[in-house]
Amino acid sequence: MNQHIVVAECRDGQLRRVSLEAIAAAKGCMQDSDKLTAVLLLGADGAGEAAAGMLAQHGPDEVIVVDHPSLGRYAPEVHLAALLEAARALAPEARWWLGHTAIGRDLAPRLAARLGAGQISDALAAARGADGRIVFTRALHAGKALERRAFMPGFTTVVTVRPNNFAPAATVAGQPAAPIRTVPFAPPQSRMIVRDVVRRASGSVDLAEARIIVAGGRGVKSSAGFAPLAELAGLLGGAVGASRGACDAGYCDYALQIGQTGKTVTPDLYIACGISGAVQHLAGMSRSRVIVAINKDPEAPIFSVADYGIVGDLFEVVPALIEEFKLDR
Amino acid sequence: MNIAVLIKSVIATDEPISVRNGKIENSGVKKVINPYDEYGLEAALRMKEADGGTVTVLSAGDEKTAETLRVALAMGADEAVWIRTVGEPDERVLSLLLAQAIRQGEYELVWAGHLSVDNGAGQVAIRVAELLGWPHAGAIVDCRAEGGALHVIRDAEGDSESWELALPALLTAQQGLNEPRYPALAGIMKAKRKPLAELTPKELLAGEEASARTERVGCEAPPDRPEGRKLGGTVKEQAAELIALLRNEAQVLKAR
Ligand SMILES: Cc1cc2nc3c(=O)[nH]c(=O)nc-3n(C[C@H](O)[C@H](O)[C@H](O)COP(=O)(O)OP(=O)(O)OC[C@H]3O[C@@H](n4cnc5c(N)ncnc54)[C@H](O)[C@@H]3O)c2cc1C
Ligand SMILES: Nc1ncnc2c1ncn2[C@@H]1O[C@H](COP(=O)(O)O)[C@@H](O)[C@H]1O
Repeated sequence: MNQHIVVAECRDGQLRRVSLEAIAAAKGCMQDSDKLTAVLLLGADGAGEAAAGMLAQHGPDEVIVVDHPSLGRYAPEVHLAALLEAARALAPEARWWLGHTAIGRDLAPRLAARLGAGQISDALAAARGADGRIVFTRALHAGKALERRAFMPGFTTVVTVRPNNFAPAATVAGQPAAPIRTVPFAPPQSRMIVRDVVRRASGSVDLAEARIIVAGGRGVKSSAGFAPLAELAGLLGGAVGASRGACDAGYCDYALQIGQTGKTVTPDLYIACGISGAVQHLAGMSRSRVIVAINKDPEAPIFSVADYGIVGDLFEVVPALIEEFKLDR
Repeated sequence: MNIAVLIKSVIATDEPISVRNGKIENSGVKKVINPYDEYGLEAALRMKEADGGTVTVLSAGDEKTAETLRVALAMGADEAVWIRTVGEPDERVLSLLLAQAIRQGEYELVWAGHLSVDNGAGQVAIRVAELLGWPHAGAIVDCRAEGGALHVIRDAEGDSESWELALPALLTAQQGLNEPRYPALAGIMKAKRKPLAELTPKELLAGEEASARTERVGCEAPPDRPEGRKLGGTVKEQAAELIALLRNEAQVLKAR
């Protein structure tokens, strides 16, 4: 029997979709006798109760909730202690799964080091190899190569999964929700204090998990230039993203940055407007399912990854798309 | 303050990557300081210039690593430590080696990078913090040392978080922290005489501990994206065609 532990995450009281994707990834690697426990860390504001209920309906055998004010803001050592507390009664040699999010990517290595575990970061896919081992696919050199990696047998394992790459776990019809257990927690003395958190990411659709993204680059020319992109994104039910070029020029907030330094996204549809397509930008979006490039330079490297390209002025093309989409709705 | 900086020698991001027989071609390619580590190094050098102390750069890797460490010395680091490894140890082994090398010095602060541009895991540095038993803060875009504490701003998926950490601590640098300097000619000359110590994994770790927990079982170039298509006609025609293609061919927009 293997004990799988999925560390779920809430944002604004909502369960993040990547948590359901992590459950699905774990389930895909489980054998019949394995057990799946989902752990949810909450900040005692009650906002996450619905999330725990939601989690319980998506296939774990058990949900463990740690609910304490010290967990309201992310602090690595406190969160790590809470996870270890949650896992105390579980089999020691566990298979841990986290989303490769701001929190997951930061917490997982500390967890792995504490447990002497191997870790496979930012997994894009998992499949059972010929020898029965699970083989994970991940990107090297910002996606210019893909490696397949497996764990050596006999040790605790930690995996972080890239959002939008595993189909999320679904509710199982007729299956009762898993029991939810709350574990008491006494936080350790932290050597780190969170002074302030400035929320910059706005908009109703979370960029990392958006199905459709309309992104702007330096070609957008000003913050006002983002307005047509935002209108198109709104119409399509998507989110607005940006290149580093646009962020550096002050046209939009760094929260929107896509690429190696910013967010890695894998939407169904990525529309790049006035973005040249530097490798660091491609690193964050080239695995999108369908890519559209709108650029007035026919030689722009973005066209090398685009399924559909329009050579033209984005200030003419984007409004035309808006009009066309409205007409054709 | 004595500062250690973890730097990895990586293939420059503008170099093409070729994969042959499951291996990434490593000879004849330009190696540089991992850009995120370079931001960490620049931050460390500025702290030294402001408040004194020393900057030691540490790296684990093959022969080319020594050259990359010389570049860091030319930028202004005082000493370098090269852990000469063969093959590609996994992140756990790398972190054990680096943590052990750090323990041999007396550092109050370790700077590292948010991620390595080749492996892209974001693991090694944070593992080192845990092994040392130090607090860490990742993805730092601003840092100030004051009264034995660090005041940092970190980037968390676009949100800005202000944290205060007690020393000793480890920080990982994110783009936006600073603009790294170029080594000056005088620096390059001086670098040749600066100490570069060489260590072997055997000197740092017992055999058992040094065994990997993960292994690479394959590596290949990503599948080619199907050849894209440039649309033609007037702007209005192109817009109409694109919307139709997205609905009917790509099926990413709801069909009418
Ligand atoms: C360590 C490191 C990390 C980095 N991380 C990132 C990252 O995470 N994300 C990222 O994006 N970049 C990143 N970069 C920067 C990257 O190298 C590029 O500088 C950046 O992506 C360029 O942004 P851009 O395409 O908007 O601007 P530009 O390269 O200036 O391109 C603008 C494009 O707009 C087109 N254009 C102009 N006007 C119009 C118009 N009216 N209509 C249509 N097209 C028009 C032009 O033809 C041009 O192709 C990183 C760099 C480094 C060194
Ligand atoms: N071989 C290495 N030598 C020195 N530092 C390293 C090495 N590998 C990783 N690091 C540090 O750990 C950070 C994260 O690396 P990674 O886990 O590979 O993404 C890097 O930015 C470096 O600061």
